[in-house]
Amino acid sequence: MELILSGAIGVLAASGIWLILRPRSFQVIVGLCLLSYAVNLFIFSMGRLTPGAPPIMPKGGFVDPTLYADPVPQALVLTAIVISFATTALFLVVLIGLRGLTGTDHVNGKEKSEA
Amino acid sequence: MNQHLIIAPILIPFVAGALMLLYDDRQRVVKFWISLSSILAQLFIAIQLVIRAKTGAETGGEGITFYLLGNWEAPMGIVLVLDRLSAMMLVLTAFLATVSLIYARAGWHRQGTYFYSLFQFLLVGLNGAFLTGDLFNLFVFFEVLLAASYGLLLHGSGQVRVRAGFHYIAINLTASLLFLIGVSLIYGVTGTLNMAHLANMISQVAPADRPLLHAAFAILGVAFLVKAGSWPLSFWLPSTYMAAAAPIGAMFAIMTKVGIYAILRLSLLMFGTTGGPSAGFGASVLIALGMATMIFGLLGILAAQNIGRIAANTVLISSGSLLIVIGFALLGGGEAMLAGALYYMIGSTLATGALFLLVEPMERKDGGIAALLALTADAYGMDAQPVEDDSVTEGPRIGYGLPLLAGGFIVAVLFLAGLPPLPGFIGKVAMIQGLIAVTGIWGAIAWGSIALLLLSGLAALIGLVRIGIQTFWTNEENPSQLMALEIAPVLALAAALCMMTVKAEATLRYTAGTAVALHETSAYAYGVFAARPAVTNTSAKTDGQP
Repeated sequence: MELILSGAIGVLAASGIWLILRPRSFQVIVGLCLLSYAVNLFIFSMGRLTPGAPPIMPKGGFVDPTLYADPVPQALVLTAIVISFATTALFLVVLIGLRGLTGTDHVNGKEKSEA
Repeated sequence: MNQHLIIAPILIPFVAGALMLLYDDRQRVVKFWISLSSILAQLFIAIQLVIRAKTGAETGGEGITFYLLGNWEAPMGIVLVLDRLSAMMLVLTAFLATVSLIYARAGWHRQGTYFYSLFQFLLVGLNGAFLTGDLFNLFVFFEVLLAASYGLLLHGSGQVRVRAGFHYIAINLTASLLFLIGVSLIYGVTGTLNMAHLANMISQVAPADRPLLHAAFAILGVAFLVKAGSWPLSFWLPSTYMAAAAPIGAMFAIMTKVGIYAILRLSLLMFGTTGGPSAGFGASVLIALGMATMIFGLLGILAAQNIGRIAANTVLISSGSLLIVIGFALLGGGEAMLAGALYYMIGSTLATGALFLLVEPMERKDGGIAALLALTADAYGMDAQPVEDDSVTEGPRIGYGLPLLAGGFIVAVLFLAGLPPLPGFIGKVAMIQGLIAVTGIWGAIAWGSIALLLLSGLAALIGLVRIGIQTFWTNEENPSQLMALEIAPVLALAAALCMMTVKAEATLRYTAGTAVALHETSAYAYGVFAARPAVTNTSAKTDGQP
C-alpha cells in the first residue's frame, strides 16, 4: 500500500510539475490541480497509513493511540483542499480574463513569435 | 477583557470587511469611513499591544503574551503569540494601511469593486500571520492575505495587471503547495505544529530523522523566500509591484516583510543556540541568497528607467540585507546587529511605501494633462490648487504641491541611500558594526556584505536622483496638479521616518530588546505551556466576551 500511495503521489507531482512548466495557461492550471492532489495525498500520508482505524477516539479513560488513525493530518488536508479549491477557482477567473484581454492563451499574454 | 485584546487585530478587519460586503459598491463614502475607523482602531490596539509587550505581561513573562484560541492547552490547540516583534509588525502594518487607505481615497478606490473589503481582508491575513504561533495556522493566514492580494493586484483591471496577476498567482499557488509539503513533513517527523513546542523538540529529534526535518524546513523556507523576494525566486516581483495600483503597491511593501518575518521568527526559534545539532542550519544559504538578492536589486535599480521599477528593486535590496543579517544572527552575529536590522526594516518599509505612493503623482505628467484631468475630475473636488492663469508668465512653473512632493521624495531617497541624518544611516551603521565584528571564515563574507550594503545605497542614490532630476527639475508646460489626499500620506510617511531619527534612541532600545528576546527563545518555547485555559465556560460567558 505504501508503494501504491507513494507511486501515485510521485506520478501526480511529476505530471503536475511538467504541466506547470508548459506555455499554455490551461495546462498550468491543470498542472496546479494535479500538484495540489499530490500534496494533499502527501499530507494525508504524513499521519502514517493505518487502514481501517477510526480517527476519533472515545471520551475518557485510557486510549491506546495505536488503534486509531492520526486525526490531525485529516483535518489539515480538509483545510488544504478547501483553500486550494478556492484559489484555483480564482485563478481560473484570471485565466479567462487574460484570455479575453490578450486574445491568446499563452502565459505571457503573447505568442512567442511576437516576442 | 484585556487578554482578548490580542485577537482584536484579526477580528476587527474581518468584521469590517464582511460588513462592507453588505453595502452596495457605490456607497463608497460609508465604506471609506468604516474602513478608516477599523484601521484606526487597529492602530490604537497595536500601540496598546506594543506597550504591553514592552512592559511585560500577565502571562508567559518577558513581555510575551499567549492567547489560547478555543481554550485548549498549548500543544493541542492553536495559540496566538504576542511578543515585541509581532507587536512591532502590527503597528507598522496598521500605520502603512492608514496612509494607503487615505491615499486610495483620492480616486483609486473607484477603479474596481470591493476595494475596501479586500483591503480589510488583506489586513486580516497580515495581522494573523504576525500573531499566530502555529505553523498550519500561519499557512491559513498566508492564504487569506494572498487571496486578498490577488484581488487587490487585479484592482483596476487592464491587460498589464491581469498579465502580472496571472504570474503572481501561479507562483504563489506553487509556493503555497511547497509550504504545505514543508508543514506536513514537519508534522510527520515531530508530531506537532506548535512553533514553541517545535522549538523544544528540535534538539531531541532522532539523528535518523534530522535530515528529513532539515529538508522540511528547507522546503518551508523556499515558500517564505518566494514571498520575501529572495533572488532566484524574485523575478515575479518587480513587474507585479509595478502593475499594482499605487496604494496597493505600498501595502505590498509590507507583504515581502511577512516572508522575512516568518524566516526570522522560525530560524531563530528553531536553529538558534538551543537548536542542538541543528543550530545554525540554513545560515550560509540565507547569507548567500541575501547577497545575490542585493546584487540583483542593485543592478535592477541602475538599469531601471522609471520610478516604479526602482521602487520594486529597493524592496529587493531591503529584503536582501535583512536576509544577510538573519543569516549572520543565526551564526551568532550578536544582538546589536539584529537590532539595527529591525530598525532598518521598519524604516525601509515606510520608505518603499512612500516611494510606491509617489510613483503615480511623479509620472502623471508623462501621461499628459488629459489623463490627469480625468483623474482630478474623478476625485472628489479636492484639486489642490488651481493652475495659475495662462500664458502671461513664462519659464518653469511648479504646481503648489510639487515642492511638498519633492520633499517627501527626498526623505525617501535619503533613507534608501542610507545617508544621515535619516534612519537608513543609523540602521546601516548598526548592521555594519555587527558585520565588522564577525571573525573567522565568515569574516571575508561579512566584508563582502558590508560592501554590498554601501554599494546598494549608492545605487539607490544614483537611480533615484536621476529620476528626481527628470521629474522635479524639468520645465513643464503644465505643472501637474496634486490632491491634498495624495500628498498628505506621503508626508505622513516622511514625517514618520524623521520621527524615527529624532526618537532613534527609544526605537533602537525597543528593537534591541526585540533582538535579545528573539535570541533567548526559552521564554517563547516554554512560556506557551504556562498559559492556562480561561477557567470555565460559565465564567467566560459572564465576562460577555466572544
